[in-house]
Formats: sequence, structure tokens, C-alpha cells
Amino acid sequence: MSVETQRAAHLVADSETMRWKYLDQIRRNPGPLTDPMAVEEEFLAQFEKFKIFGAGGLGCEILKNLAMSKFKDIHVIDMDTIDISNLNRQFLFRKSDVGKFKAEVAARFVEQRVKGVKITAHNNRIQDFDDEFYKQFQLVICGLDSIEARRWINAMLVSIAEEAEDPDGIKPLIDGGTEGFKGQARVILPSITSCIECQLDMHAPRAAVPLCTIASIPRQPEHCVEWAHVIAWEEEKPFPKLDKDDPEHVTWIYQKALKRAEEFNIPGITYSLTQGTIKNIIPAIASTNAIIAAACCNEAFKIATNSAPCLGFENNYMMYSGNDSIYTYTFKHEKKEDCPVCGREARPLEADPNMTLQDLLDSLALRPEAQLKKPSIRAEGKTLYMQVPQSLEEQTRPNLSKSLKDLGLENGQEVVVTDPAFPLEFNFYFRFKAAESS
Amino acid sequence: MLNIWSMKKKQKEAENAEGQAAGGKRKKVTAAQLRVQKDLSELSLGATMRTDFPDPDNILNFILSIEPDEGMYRGARFTFDFAINQNFPHEPPKVRCMEKIYHPNIDLEGKVCLNILREDWKPVLNLNAVIVGLQFLFLEPNASDPLNKEAADDLRSNREGFKRNVRTAMSGGTIKGTTYDRVLK
Repeated sequence: MSVETQRAAHLVADSETMRWKYLDQIRRNPGPLTDPMAVEEEFLAQFEKFKIFGAGGLGCEILKNLAMSKFKDIHVIDMDTIDISNLNRQFLFRKSDVGKFKAEVAARFVEQRVKGVKITAHNNRIQDFDDEFYKQFQLVICGLDSIEARRWINAMLVSIAEEAEDPDGIKPLIDGGTEGFKGQARVILPSITSCIECQLDMHAPRAAVPLCTIASIPRQPEHCVEWAHVIAWEEEKPFPKLDKDDPEHVTWIYQKALKRAEEFNIPGITYSLTQGTIKNIIPAIASTNAIIAAACCNEAFKIATNSAPCLGFENNYMMYSGNDSIYTYTFKHEKKEDCPVCGREARPLEADPNMTLQDLLDSLALRPEAQLKKPSIRAEGKTLYMQVPQSLEEQTRPNLSKSLKDLGLENGQEVVVTDPAFPLEFNFYFRFKAAESS
Repeated sequence: MLNIWSMKKKQKEAENAEGQAAGGKRKKVTAAQLRVQKDLSELSLGATMRTDFPDPDNILNFILSIEPDEGMYRGARFTFDFAINQNFPHEPPKVRCMEKIYHPNIDLEGKVCLNILREDWKPVLNLNAVIVGLQFLFLEPNASDPLNKEAADDLRSNREGFKRNVRTAMSGGTIKGTTYDRVLK
């Protein structure tokens, strides 16, 4: 190696050291609460391989923060394309990017700006992937905009954690969300601490207006938009299916709403109000997003490096309110005993695949842990036997004489048993006895 | 990740000591399905109602029939289509009357004005509450929350006339130019 190239190599190494100087200081110098193992070389080196998955509307902020915190292997997912209205706060996008996939554009931008980071973009819905896909990550961080998506990823991670043979199956889930000046950041350790399903009541249901108000006497411009959206559209069906992203469709609703508003003398109908109302757009404020995304990414960094205590075992929920001055409160949201996702992990149910469903149900009455007199039983997407309602009982009665095997039930498959005598349901998974040769 | 790992390790060791080993791949029942199963097994329908499941494996979609045995709507059968999505019980079920009927709180498209199906829905409410609410609409049609404005005006101004219109509509007749579906048994 020539002296020149040697010097150049040194310079590169030096600049790399300089670049992460402060970050490394935090990682290498243990504080009073740092796990001693966290500063061992082996652990420090692991950080570079940490694989993280990010999703949702806080994407720009989160992606920027993670890349600048030395996370090197990041996957991002977003099914949306860039709309002109995103440009005011989603700073990785430019006017020329309008119409392109958000995940793709954001990934390329940050990769170019922060050297050494690998970002894999998925222009998909989170639901497009299965457990095998999610198992490759060590941590999931999301700022999803819907409760449905949150519940889905939560159920996925809890199920991975419950099935896991080793601690790698625990993928901490960091969830951030904002609404105007308010927001929250929380950390979920799937199957260990309170999950999103346990915390479902923390989400206020969306304020709905009575249908009759919309149909008879509107008072606000939003009522007129809802009328055009729910009632006029159904009556006239100007297009076969409403696409809320199609300007032609939105314009149709806008004009209908405008006419109705004139009739009732209500001012204030605009195209963007129409769009906002039908898409249920929650006002996003750039700085609230930044605060929440930063809190989430700090937790991700602390979890990955163990450099300081993080939200998790004890306090796990930080609420932020900027509505009235600034207020934050961090607390422990308790795990719900009867949570349908993480409560009462499924218990094994010993069974012979050749036994009939009737035999299995009879045995449930005898099993000391169940003692169910009127059990109804279902598997995912499969109704095995329901005692009520009557029609369902009649439809599923023939299943009683079939064997578990003939019903398509497999070893390990989960079933849920309900009984009117118990307020809770019972989760089991089959553990089939090896077929005995007769 | 150290703390989390060591914590879970302990938990797993305890489980293994109990002899618990995972079987094959577990397919979880979704939270919405689980809740609907629970709601269905607590359903008490009585003689005037029944549910029908076009696909018994899909309990999120079913049809409810109501045959009121008292009130102005006595002697007819009304069917409602229930569509429950994966966000249940965070979101209410979507309910639609399948016939074109003359009722102040149900419009000609079948949309229903019932507070607990919209603004007053809470996840603690169950399918039984919705079904009882629907039944109540036939016993006590309500003129103050109209969805079918003409029917509501009739009910308010001329109760006897409204009753006659209900009978006419239920037998497939025409009122003020609108022809209704025959729903009498």
C-alpha cells in the first residue's frame, strides 16, 4: 500500500470515528444504571447488525433519526404514494416526487444523505407480510395512522413472541402517534408487558354525527359533506366504487355538499374540507410529529444499546399534550388479564386427531382446567361448533361426528372455546398424540 | 436488549420446566372473531328474531331477521345485513336493512339511524345491545330523529294515517310515489 493510500485510509477511519464520537461516548461510558455487559466489545459490535423495521406516517422523522443514530439496517414500509399535501412536513419529499412511493423515495434520500446506512423499502401494506418476514427484525418502530394497523402488527408480534423458543422472538414494539398538539410514545414487549390490544381504550373513538342529523338538518359544513358522502353517493352512485383519492370523485362530493350547504345557508365548504372529512384526516402538526418520533427513536436506541433505562418493564407509556402549555406524563399501563391478544397464553390441549369433535367437547366438561358444560368452539376462520344461535348450531351440528383430522385441524392449531357460564374465553392449541397403530 | 432477553429467558425456562413445548405453527384467532364468538354465545334472541349465516365459518357476516309480534309493524319480517370488520369492537358493526321499508328511522337505501350504531357506540356494547336496539325501532318508531323525513312527518302529524301507511307499505303498496317491498309473512 502506498503512503498516499494508507494516509487516505487513515483519514477515512478517523472521520468515521469523529462522525460517531458523541454517540460512541454514550455507548462506551457506562452510567450508574447501565448493564455492565452493554459496554463489552462483543455487544457494542452487535449494534451494527441490529435490524429494525419502521412503518407509518411518522416515517420521515423516524427514518432520519434512526439513520443518524447509527442504525445500519433499516426496513421501511408504506403503501402510500406522495401527495402534494404531504410536502409541508414530510421533508424527505420534493415536488418532483409527487406520485411516487413514499417508502422508496424516503429510503433513497436518507441513504444518499447518511453514508453507510442500508435502507430497504417495501411499497406494501404491513398486512402483506407474514410472520416469517417479521421474524427477521429485532425491533419494530411505528407511527401508524390507523388503529386497525396497530392492532394487526401488535397481534403479529405477540404471536411471534408466544411461539418463540428463545428470547430473540421478543421484538419490542415502539409505537408513536399524534393528533394535533397531542401525542403518545409507548414501548411494548410482546407477551411480557401490556400490549396495544390491552391499551385499546386509550384511543378515543372517532366522533361520529348522528345519521339523522346528516339526513335531516345539517348544522355544520362537515354535516353537508357527510351527507354527500354517505347519502347522496349511495342514491346516485356516480361511479361504481368510491375512491377517496380520485379527485374526480372528491369533486363530485364537494359539489353535492356545496349545493346542500347553500340550501341550508351553511358557509365554509371547501375542496380540502371535503377531502379531510371523507378521509377522516387528523390534523398533523410537524413539530408534534418531531417530538413523538424523537421520543420513539431514543427508546429504540436505548433498547438496542442498553445505554440507559428505557420504557418497557415498568413505565411503558408516555403521553404528551401540547394543547394547554406543555404537559407530559409517563406511567405503567398494566397488562389486561383478559386481553384477547396477549392475555392468557394459549394452553396445550392434548387430543387424538382421530377422536370426534363430540368426544373433544365432552372431554372439555371433564377436564379439571376447563369444566365447560356448554362449550362453543372455533378456530381461525373456521366455526367448529356453536351452541347458539340456533341456526349456527344446526349448521355446525354435523361437525360433531367428524374427527378432528377430517375437520382439517392440525397439530398446534389454536382454538377458542366460549361458554355462557364464563365471562372469559379459553384459548387452547392442539397437541396431538402420535397416531397409535391399532 | 440485554434486560429483555434475560427476562424472557427466565420465563421460557420456567415454561419448559412445566413441560410446555410449542406444537406446530399456531394460527391465532383474530381479536374481532374472538369477540364476535363471545357475543354470539351470549345472544338471547327470543321467538321474534333469528340469525342466519350464509357461511358458518364466517361469523363476521350474518343476517338478522326480526318478526315483530306487537306494535304497528306486527306480522312482517325484516332482515338486516350485519357486516363486522376486523376493527370490531373498536368500531360498531355495519348494519343495513335489506328491504325497502316505510320507517322514519330507516331510509329507502336501508340505512339505519340508531345511536349505538354510530355516535354512541362503545366497545363495551355487544351484538345483543345492537339487536335489542333494532327490535325497539319497530316497537317505537321515533319521529324526532328522522332518516325518512316523509314517514317522520306522517308519524308526527297523523299517527293513524302513519299506521295505515305502514300497513300499505308492508303489503308492497305505494305511498307518495314510492313503492315499498312486501314484507308481510
